[in-house]
Parts: sequence; structure tokens; C-alpha cells
Amino acid sequence: MAKVRGAVVVDKEVCKGCNLCVEACPQDVLSLHKEVNSKGYHYSYMSNPEACTGCTNCAMVCPDSCITVYRVKPQKIA
Amino acid sequence: MEDTLKIEDIIKPENLVYKKTSVLTDVPMHYCYGCSHGVVHKLVAEVIEEMGIQEDTVGVSPVGCAVLAYNYLDIDWMQAAHGRAPAVATGYKRVNPEKYVFTYQGDGDLAAIGTAETMHAVNRGENIVIIFINNAIYGMTGGQMAPTTMLGQQTATSPYGRDIDLNGYPLKITELLAQLPGAAYVTRQSVHTPGNVRKCKKAIRKAFENSAKNIGTSFVEVVSTCNSGWKQTPVEANEWMEENMFPFYPLGDLKDGEREKPDAYLVQKLKK
Repeated sequence: MAKVRGAVVVDKEVCKGCNLCVEACPQDVLSLHKEVNSKGYHYSYMSNPEACTGCTNCAMVCPDSCITVYRVKPQKIA
Repeated sequence: MEDTLKIEDIIKPENLVYKKTSVLTDVPMHYCYGCSHGVVHKLVAEVIEEMGIQEDTVGVSPVGCAVLAYNYLDIDWMQAAHGRAPAVATGYKRVNPEKYVFTYQGDGDLAAIGTAETMHAVNRGENIVIIFINNAIYGMTGGQMAPTTMLGQQTATSPYGRDIDLNGYPLKITELLAQLPGAAYVTRQSVHTPGNVRKCKKAIRKAFENSAKNIGTSFVEVVSTCNSGWKQTPVEANEWMEENMFPFYPLGDLKDGEREKPDAYLVQKLKK
């Protein structure tokens, strides 16, 4: 079955690790990294990238606008 | 077939569906992690970009956390004295009626020291947009009690919770403003879930469109969190807001139309 695939890119130096994107993600794609960025925040990253559908929910709630979203439609894959 | 698709194949310019708007500058925001200000800044910037009014928009920043908003949105800004943003915006809009003028104020600025300016600007039906961030606390100065603080809410200046006998009732200024004849569009939104963010963006867009139609003042309240002031994590703060603030500050449109026609207010012609 064709599935919409997506991916997000988090600007890890801008991310403040507020966890709002992790809560907003319906597919549990994102989590906070155990490492920290140069400001000392646990930045968000794709821990389960295969599940991402590119729904942009994480980018919508991000207060620091550090998430960019990409999406591939199923017909493009085939 | 899909399993062979690598992440690098997805991350290509032609597959881009969402990126930071160009109206926002690259300056990192000074707000605390998870602050609602960042989301509302982003929504205002996106609306300005979609309407193509970056050159014609003037913002008036308040006193409070959002005083530095002029660093983050790449438009013209002015900074007003505490609570006086609607008065400054009135002056600018009257001199430059073709511009889109908006104020961006918190609850300490708009609902406390600036109550008079706000009420009179809305009552005059100025064609400006007022964006009101209500987080029930004075965030910048360390979490003191504001007029909008909930009953029983603990703050730095009400450590045993807000008490009616001592501190009075929370102020529903949006309900007050919705009754004024000069108001065209009065709404209350929030930005704690993706769905609410999208609704809030529509409300802000409508407010800016009203500004061009000369039909009165548009007022958008955003019920927000102040996780640092509330001493909670951003996710806990969102839950606290849903449980405690939404019953008192219900979301939705309070007025949607245009300012009232003058007929009802005209004095009868005097008989000679």
C-alpha cells in the first residue's frame, strides 16, 4: 500500500527542547535527543523517521520556527 | 518500494511543504522555551507574507516580554509606552490610512495599565488590529499577579492563590470590548494544539483583512501559557490552561461583523 512519506529537519541550534512538537506529533516520530546543543538544550530529532507523514503539525506548534517539513506523495514513489 | 526511500531522497527542495517564513528574521528569539509568543509571532509573519503586505505593515510593540518583537519580524515597528500601543497605533493609522497597523500586547500591558487606551481606541472604531496575548500573569517581571490571573492561581504576589476579597475578580476584557460599538471583529483563540494554531491564523488573517476594509477595530485575544511564570513545563502548562483557563475564557468569536451604523446614535434634529 502506498503511503505518504515525510521528513522534518530541525535546526538543532535554534531548538530549545520545549517538547511541544513531540507531543503534537500524531505518529510519535520526534523525541528529544539525549545530547544537547551549544545552548544546553536537548534538541528535537526524528527518532522514528519511517513513520513521518509530513503533516506539519510539529512545525505549526514550534515557537521557534526551527522545523522544516518535506513530503513525498505516493505516486511520486512508484 | 517505500521502504527503499531514503530520508535524503525526501529532503529535497521540490518536496518542501513547510518552512519558516521570510518575514521572520534569523535572530534567535529570547523567549523562554515553549512560550506562546513565538507561535503568535510566526502566525502574524505568515499572514503578512501571504497577504503580501510586508512593506505596508507597521507594528506597535508593547512593554513586556514582546517589547523586542521588532527584532523578530522584518517589518516597520514602533515601540509605545506601557499600555499606550492602541493610542500610538491610532495616530499612525490616521496619518497613514493606507497602512496596515497592528499592536501586539500582553495582558499586563493591555488589560492593566492600558485599559483606558484600549477601550477608547476600540470605542472609536479605529481601523487597527489589536493582538492580545493573555497568559494570566506578568511574565517579564517575574510572574506577578495580573488583572487576568485566575481565582486561586498562585503567583509571586499572590502566594496563597488569588482571593476575591483581597484581589477582586479576573478581568474578561475581551467580553467588555465586544460590547463596544466600534468593534468589528472580536475573537478569542489559543495556540496550544496544531488545530488551534490553524484557527488562530485564520482569525489573524481576517483581522488584517478587516483593517483594509475600514469597518472598525479587530481584536484577537490569544489565551497563552507562561510556563516559566507558572513554574511548569510547556506541556504541563498547556494542560493547566485547558483545564483552568478555558472554562473561564471560552474560545470562539464574540463579535463578527462591522462597527455599528451611526443612525442609532444620532441626536434627533432640533425643531426650530
